[in-house]
Amino acid sequence: MLKIENLNVKVGDSLILKDISLELGENERLIIFGPNGSGKTTLLKVIMGISGYEILKGKIFFVNKDITNLTISERAKLGIGIMFQNPPKISGIKIFQLAKYICDNEEEIKILAQKLKVDEFLRRDLNVDLSGGEIKRVELFQVLLQKPKLLLLDEPESGVDIENISIMGSVLNEYIKETKCSALVITHTGYILDYIEGEKGCVITNGKIRCRRQPKKVLDTIRKSGYDKCEECKWKKE
Amino acid sequence: MEKRIENKEEIKEVGFNIEEKERAGSFIQSDNKIILTRSLQEGVEVLPIDKAIEIYPEIKDKYWGKGFEEIGIDFEKKTEGGYFIRIKKDTKTIFPVQACLYLKSKKFKQKVHNIVVIEENAQAHLITGCTSAKDTEDAYHLGISEFFVHKGGFLNFTMIHSWKENIEVEPKSVAVVEENGIFVSNYINLKPVKKIVMYPTAILEGKNSRARFNSIILSFPDSYHDIGSRCILANSGTSAEIISRSVSYGGIVIARGHIKSTFPSTRGHLECKGLLLSEKGIIHAIPELETLYQDVELTHEASIGKIKKEEIEYLASRGISEEEAQSLIIRGFMNVEILGLPDMLEKEINKILNKVKNASKI
Repeated sequence: MLKIENLNVKVGDSLILKDISLELGENERLIIFGPNGSGKTTLLKVIMGISGYEILKGKIFFVNKDITNLTISERAKLGIGIMFQNPPKISGIKIFQLAKYICDNEEEIKILAQKLKVDEFLRRDLNVDLSGGEIKRVELFQVLLQKPKLLLLDEPESGVDIENISIMGSVLNEYIKETKCSALVITHTGYILDYIEGEKGCVITNGKIRCRRQPKKVLDTIRKSGYDKCEECKWKKE
Repeated sequence: MEKRIENKEEIKEVGFNIEEKERAGSFIQSDNKIILTRSLQEGVEVLPIDKAIEIYPEIKDKYWGKGFEEIGIDFEKKTEGGYFIRIKKDTKTIFPVQACLYLKSKKFKQKVHNIVVIEENAQAHLITGCTSAKDTEDAYHLGISEFFVHKGGFLNFTMIHSWKENIEVEPKSVAVVEENGIFVSNYINLKPVKKIVMYPTAILEGKNSRARFNSIILSFPDSYHDIGSRCILANSGTSAEIISRSVSYGGIVIARGHIKSTFPSTRGHLECKGLLLSEKGIIHAIPELETLYQDVELTHEASIGKIKKEEIEYLASRGISEEEAQSLIIRGFMNVEILGLPDMLEKEINKILNKVKNASKI
C-alpha cells in the first residue's frame, strides 16, 4: 500500500527526516510517537505532497506507484487523505460547499455530518469561528467523505474533549473496519488507540525512526521513561 | 414614455430584469434618453428627475444638491436625465426597484442626477446597473446621486458596473440618514474600464442611524480604480461599517475608506482586503479613521496579498485540482453574502458573478 525508501527531507537549512524507510500493508495501521519537533508531521505532509519540504533523497510509493513527484490533488485522487492538525481558515467557502465537491451524494454527507455532530456548522465558512475540537471533527468529516485508502491522521484527538474523542473514535473505527483502509496515525496521548487497532508502532526522534514495536508497548515505555529512553532502547535501530 | 428596449443582453448583465418580474419599479436611460419609467407597487414612485421636479417643485429646495451642500462639495449642475425614486412613508417593498443607465453612442458624455428618497419608516432595495453598448468608444459617465433616508427608513442600494476598456466613469454620491435610518450601499465592478474614480459619502445625521458600504471590485489589466467610501458619524449612537474586497488581475486599485466621528458615542469599523493575482497589478489600501472625541470605537483591519498557498494545498488535499482550488478561493473572497441582500437578489448577483468569472476564465 505505502512504501517509503530512504527518505531525506530538508526544510530551509535543516535536515528534518533522515533515511526514513517504512512499509505499510493493506488493512494495516502504523501509530507514530515522538516528541514535538521530531519530524512526525513533516513525514505526513511529505506523503501528501505539501510544499515547503525539499526531498533530497528517497522515494514514496503508493499502491505500487511512485508518487514522489505527483501533485497533492493527484495523490488525493489516488486515495490518500489527510487530517490536518492546524488547517487554514478560508472565508467565503462553506463546509457544505466543500463537502459537495468531495462527495456528490448529499444523503451520505448528511448522515456522516450527523454522526460527527458537524451538521450544525455545515453552512459556516471553512474552519472560521470553530473551536479546536470542532475543527477536528470537520477535518475528520472531510477526510472520510474522500473515502481514502490511506488515512494520514495528525494528532486527531488533540484539543478534543473526552466525549468527542469517543464520537470521532467510533466513526473512525467503523470506517476502518468497513473499508479495511490503512492509516498512519500520530498521537501523543494514545487516547485514540482505544478506538483504532494499531498493529504497528514506531517512535521518531530527531528525524529518525527509532524503534518499531506494538504501539501499546511503545506508549507504556514512553509513559514510564519518556523519549530519552528511546535513544538508548534495545529496540533502537540506526 | 416607454420606448423599445434595445441591447437587452448588456442590460440583463447588470441585474436588470427586462420582464420586470419580481420588481417594484423600473427605470432605463440610454445616453440622455429616458426609455422606461414604471412603478409596479403602490407607494413606489419612479420618475425622470426633470418630470419629478415639474410635478413636485419642492424637490428642488428640499433635495436637489442638498446632500453635497452638507459635505461642502461642489457638483456638476449641467446634467441630462437621471431618476427620481421615492418610497412613500411606511411603504415596505418586497421586490427591488431597478434602474439602468446605459451608454450607447460613441464619445457620448452621459451626465445624470439621481435622487432617491426613503420617507419615514419606508423600506426599499434599489439595484442600479450601469453599462454600455459593445461598440461604444471613449464615452464618459458621470452619475450624481443623492440619497435621503428619513426617520426609521431603510435603503439597500446596489450598483453594478459593467463598462469597457475605453470608458471613464465618475460616480459622485451622498447619502443623508436621519434618526434610526439605515443606508446600505453595495458596489460591484465586473468588467474592464479605463478609469473609475468614486468616493461616496454617508452622513449619519440622526441619532442611532447606521450605514454600511460594501464593495467588490474586479480589476483587469489597464483598468484604474480609485474607489473609496466615507462615513461621517454625526450624532450619538450612529455606527458605520465599510467593507471592501478587491481582486486585481493586473489592474490598479486604490481602495480607500474613511470613517470620521464628529460626535461622541459612535462606532465604526473598516475592513479592506485585497487579492493580487498578477504582478502587473497594484493594490493600495488606504484606510482612515478620524475622531474628534474620546468616547468612540473605531477599528480597522486591512490585508493585501496573493492567495495563500496553504489554502490552495488544503483544498487540493481534498482531491480538488490546484486550479479549481484557486478559483474556489477567489470566488469565496468575493463573497456576495456580505452585501446583506434579499435571497432573490443575492442569487441573481451570484449568477452574474459566476457568469463573468467563467467568461473571463479567471
